[in-house]
Amino acid sequence: MGALPSALWPWLLLLPAFMSLGSVSFYPIINGVYLSFTNRSLITQDNDFVGFANYLQLLADPPFWNAWWHTIWFTAASTGLETLIGLAMALILCEHFSGRGVVRAAMLVPWAMPTVVTSKMFGWLFDGQHGIINFILLHLGLIDQNVNWYGAPETALTTIILADVWKTTPFMALLLLTGLQTVPKSLIEAARMDGAGAWTIFWNIRLPLLLPTLLIAGLFRALDAFRVFDLVYVLTGGGPADSTETLSTLSCKVLFSTLQFGYGSAVSTAMFITEGVIALVFCLFLVRQLRKTT
Amino acid sequence: MNGSRSIVQSVTIYVGALLILIWSAGPFLWQFSTSFQLDKALTEGTPSLIPHPFTLEHYYNAFVEKGLHHYVLNSLIVSLATTALCLIVGSLAAFALSRLDVKGRFGILMVILSVSMFPQIALVGPLYLIASELGLLDTYRALIITYLALGLPLVTWVLFGYFETLPREIDEAARMDGVGVIGLLWYIILPMSLPSLVTTGLLAFITAWNEFLFALAFTSDIDSQTIPVGIANFTNQYYVPWGDIAAASAVVTVPLIVLVLFFQRHIIEGLTQGGIKE
Repeated sequence: MGALPSALWPWLLLLPAFMSLGSVSFYPIINGVYLSFTNRSLITQDNDFVGFANYLQLLADPPFWNAWWHTIWFTAASTGLETLIGLAMALILCEHFSGRGVVRAAMLVPWAMPTVVTSKMFGWLFDGQHGIINFILLHLGLIDQNVNWYGAPETALTTIILADVWKTTPFMALLLLTGLQTVPKSLIEAARMDGAGAWTIFWNIRLPLLLPTLLIAGLFRALDAFRVFDLVYVLTGGGPADSTETLSTLSCKVLFSTLQFGYGSAVSTAMFITEGVIALVFCLFLVRQLRKTT
Repeated sequence: MNGSRSIVQSVTIYVGALLILIWSAGPFLWQFSTSFQLDKALTEGTPSLIPHPFTLEHYYNAFVEKGLHHYVLNSLIVSLATTALCLIVGSLAAFALSRLDVKGRFGILMVILSVSMFPQIALVGPLYLIASELGLLDTYRALIITYLALGLPLVTWVLFGYFETLPREIDEAARMDGVGVIGLLWYIILPMSLPSLVTTGLLAFITAWNEFLFALAFTSDIDSQTIPVGIANFTNQYYVPWGDIAAASAVVTVPLIVLVLFFQRHIIEGLTQGGIKE
């Protein structure tokens, strides 16, 4: 052991992590970009370099744009709702009240569930014939006949967004709760002494100080929502009539149903690029915000 | 704090807390109850939260007809192996970054974290080709190797954050006593980090246990498929066996929920550390 120069130790210890991430993340990503410039297909056994042909085909492909818009809408709607509801939850949970521990614990239930189980559960809750949601809404008089939530193009995507909001809002709430707890209590007490109401305190003290946390949490959620796969695959498989097709389910179909790995890689690379742009926009906001506060 | 709250505020807080409770636990409780109800009770008349009559037939179907235990075993092997590897590789990396003199360590940390932002669908195609060339399809190994890389960013980040809170004086004292680099990690840092190791291990386990996309792509038979894939395939072409699905869901979720509730304080700290720390 002593024979090894001390400068080499850190790299030796980092080596397993580098090897793992290199072979399972960086190499495949680069390989995927390369594949997107080929016509690799497992059916025809083609494997030639075709330049930008896949990307040109992609830009003129209605299913791709259909999936692109659904993904953007899904990301915006679910991240937005999760931030709003998560913030409301965090504001309640940062107050002291009896039973707070139980509520905090219960909040982890949706997060701990496998997404596939969440999907099946929502499939059952929103089942068109025997789902409890239809039963409740019917008895409240909000609908006058059963709605086929996942079977109708008008409601399918909205219901999937709802499932995502259920699953991940608690996580958002936890992140925001930690952010809220870093707001100095003295600041809030002082404002209260001056006669500021709950709303003023929230709007003028808590929210500005919470903004960096909100942006980081929002970024994490947005990138995650953008990749949505399990929920859609299990709940609707992209249907009905492609009304819930997202970029992940579309590339999965191109890859594993048609076995066109070249074109499928172009779809996933385009997705990677869009994701990079989303991250960039958030980072710009974040940097601007941090400059303002410091 | 309590003294300065008006009645309206108190009511708002308690109503809000109640709503959070119903929202978070309600759907799961309903599904749990579904798993004990007869198909007839599920499709007829008025739904009831209390199973009446109570039945275990869905659990029987899930295990005996659908072979749920095979999927459970596959998932257990894959998830436990992933957890062990994640902890070993992750703690080596976090230790090197936190305790040894590494140039550009924050750059390295950023690179490691950036991996968790790669869209997994962009990895699955190339990895499938590699796995198929190496003859790794339908093996535990393909999944374990993949899940190790998926779990590493979070594990490394959370462990790094924890190691950073341990005082440096310990290192120096250990060096004085002639403890080597590995000795420092093994005899001193790791034993002191036990709570953090448990949390990160649990996070890695949950990630592997719940993963779906790679398991779907890399496995095709009951000898290697994990639980999420098994449950996704439960649906019959002609009807959806909601009771059986609910039973299988309960089997895979209840142990997780018990674990999570047991370790909740640590998990909340670990998660928020990994998620917010810059």
